Amino acid sequence: MEISAQPVPGAVPAWRKQVDAERWRTLAEQLLSAGSRLGALWASDERDRGGGYLLRALYVIFEGLLIAELRVDPALATYPDLSDLFACAGRMQRAAFDLCGMRAVSISGEIPDVRPWLRHGAWPADAHPLHREHALSQPHPQTEERYAFVPVEGEGVHEIAVGPVHAGIIEPGHFRFSVVGERVLRLEQRLGYKHKGIEKRFESLSLAEGIRLAGRVSGDSTVAYAWAYAMALEGMAGTTPPARALYLRALFLERERIANHLGDLGSLGNDGGLAFGLAQFSRLKEDMLRTNAALFGHRYLMDRVVPGGVAADIGDSESAAILAEGERLRTELRTLRAIYYNHAGLQDRCITCGRLTPRTAATLGVVGLVARASGHAIDLRVHPGHPPYGELQPEIASHRNGDVAARIVVRFEEAFESLKLQRRILHRLPTGPIAASVCTPDEAAFGIGWIEGWRGEVFVALEAGPNGAIRRCHPHDPSWQNWPALEHAIIGNIVPDFPLVNKSFSLSYAGQDL
Amino acid sequence: MYQLLKQIVKVGIKTEARPLADESMRVLAGRLNDEVLRLLGRALTIRHVDPGSCNGCELEIHALNNPYYNLEGLGIKFVASPRHADMLLVTGPVAKNMEQALRRTYAATPEPKLVVAIGDCGCSGGVFGENYACRGAVANVLPVDVTVPGCPPTPTAIMQGILTAISGKAGTKA
Repeated sequence: MEISAQPVPGAVPAWRKQVDAERWRTLAEQLLSAGSRLGALWASDERDRGGGYLLRALYVIFEGLLIAELRVDPALATYPDLSDLFACAGRMQRAAFDLCGMRAVSISGEIPDVRPWLRHGAWPADAHPLHREHALSQPHPQTEERYAFVPVEGEGVHEIAVGPVHAGIIEPGHFRFSVVGERVLRLEQRLGYKHKGIEKRFESLSLAEGIRLAGRVSGDSTVAYAWAYAMALEGMAGTTPPARALYLRALFLERERIANHLGDLGSLGNDGGLAFGLAQFSRLKEDMLRTNAALFGHRYLMDRVVPGGVAADIGDSESAAILAEGERLRTELRTLRAIYYNHAGLQDRCITCGRLTPRTAATLGVVGLVARASGHAIDLRVHPGHPPYGELQPEIASHRNGDVAARIVVRFEEAFESLKLQRRILHRLPTGPIAASVCTPDEAAFGIGWIEGWRGEVFVALEAGPNGAIRRCHPHDPSWQNWPALEHAIIGNIVPDFPLVNKSFSLSYAGQDL
Repeated sequence: MYQLLKQIVKVGIKTEARPLADESMRVLAGRLNDEVLRLLGRALTIRHVDPGSCNGCELEIHALNNPYYNLEGLGIKFVASPRHADMLLVTGPVAKNMEQALRRTYAATPEPKLVVAIGDCGCSGGVFGENYACRGAVANVLPVDVTVPGCPPTPTAIMQGILTAISGKAGTKA
């Protein structure tokens, strides 16, 4: 921890530090050698306050979070590249250029990748939507932009282009496979198709309204995003939610984790040729969603986390109903786990398939359950933790093999662990109010939210404008880190295994396209 | 194998009765005659397109094929290509980056090309609205037959929307 850093008030330990261009780079080098990870990188326009452009890099350090802040001269609009140190910076830096017009420049003076990431031609290269003078609804002519995929050459090599509209019920993105026969030599992703101006949209909302949009950055992680947003706002406002509200948030988050893991376990069985698995797990997931609707008023718990607390409470009979449902689910999961683990056909598809080695996972800064299945026992709920997880004492599920089978094992173990946490939450549920009032934060107040969602860690960085408006909000999805890892995991596998490997990562398009 | 069969028998059949069509979801009426609708209703194929949703609606579309709703049991199934589809099920606001892909998918779909817009965003642009990167409602880009509001709409509501698009008169037959 640097002494000159200033603490960011809130539920998670975090500090901010202003750096110059040289320190931007040396700090990154130091943090890399200390084993820190790059969590997120985003840009803002501060010219209206005489601050030029502002670039932020959020690092996950041992003590918590460290946010490095670099002022960038708008006349130059360049800053030192970090992608050679932290590979995951590459796409985030390209997005920062598309939205705010600053280029990363390497030590040798080159731009590491000039291709746009989120900009597909919906606005021209010299327009940058996050600039203050760019209106939310500013019209631009649509242009056709060619995207230069990296060509792979050699005897018998050909390309398979897939997407953006895929052959299933999934989100849009483009995958370019270079293959020999059926074997994948290289996969290159092109994402950003779902970019719908979320960050700019936030700036037209008040701090109180923003949570509804935050809960729809990636719908499958709505609790994680809403909690992260609420955490950032409460930190700025100096509000501590009541203990009961925090326990109920943890209940919602664990139920979101279980429901998504059930869905993925079913789809993984189906993609592995065991349709039985899809029928069974989708039934169990539906049972949970119906309980959510009956007890909390929404199947996916959207808008149940609000600034200051939660919007749904339970009594003793509801608590008993959830516990009984949990017991039934635990028994069913045990049966299904035994069937999955003993099914020779399914195991044959999953073992050694789509392997992400611990070393590659570390190099790419992979997070969440994909990291845990590749030997990295990182889970924010455990370390550094935040209320109420310190009292709930969750245990990390992890595996070393990094293949599809390992990601299935981690999902099973996490579902069991979440059921255990659900029991603890309900047995220890504190009494009292479910929400505290949140006062309007001062202008320019800054807050950070950090939540371990079912997919991985979700960040929300929030800045207040005048009179309770949002000046800037940056939501960060774990998919930013994990998408590039999928490009590596598929190398050497056959094309027909891609759906299985892709599903085992189960990443969000909406969350990274913003 | 024994455990697997035992589980199937133990769980039994979970499928519930299907909901009725809901005329309030209809936007364009009288496009198809009853005979065509009758034929479609017995074997409808759907191509799902997501031009910008938050992925919440996709979760509920997935749920349509769980054992409770068992959409395929009604002869309605999702297909991998728009060329095999009678209907496009479109979720989310239309991101400008997806507008061309959505139009091409529509162009590739054979007549009568029923379009059902799913969710508050598909109906009106929802929380995202229209902006520099987003066209908003599906109807801003394609002719829409039926809209299904909700955030996300329940599987039952989505089924109603699909059945409304292929039903001749209010709540009668599918």
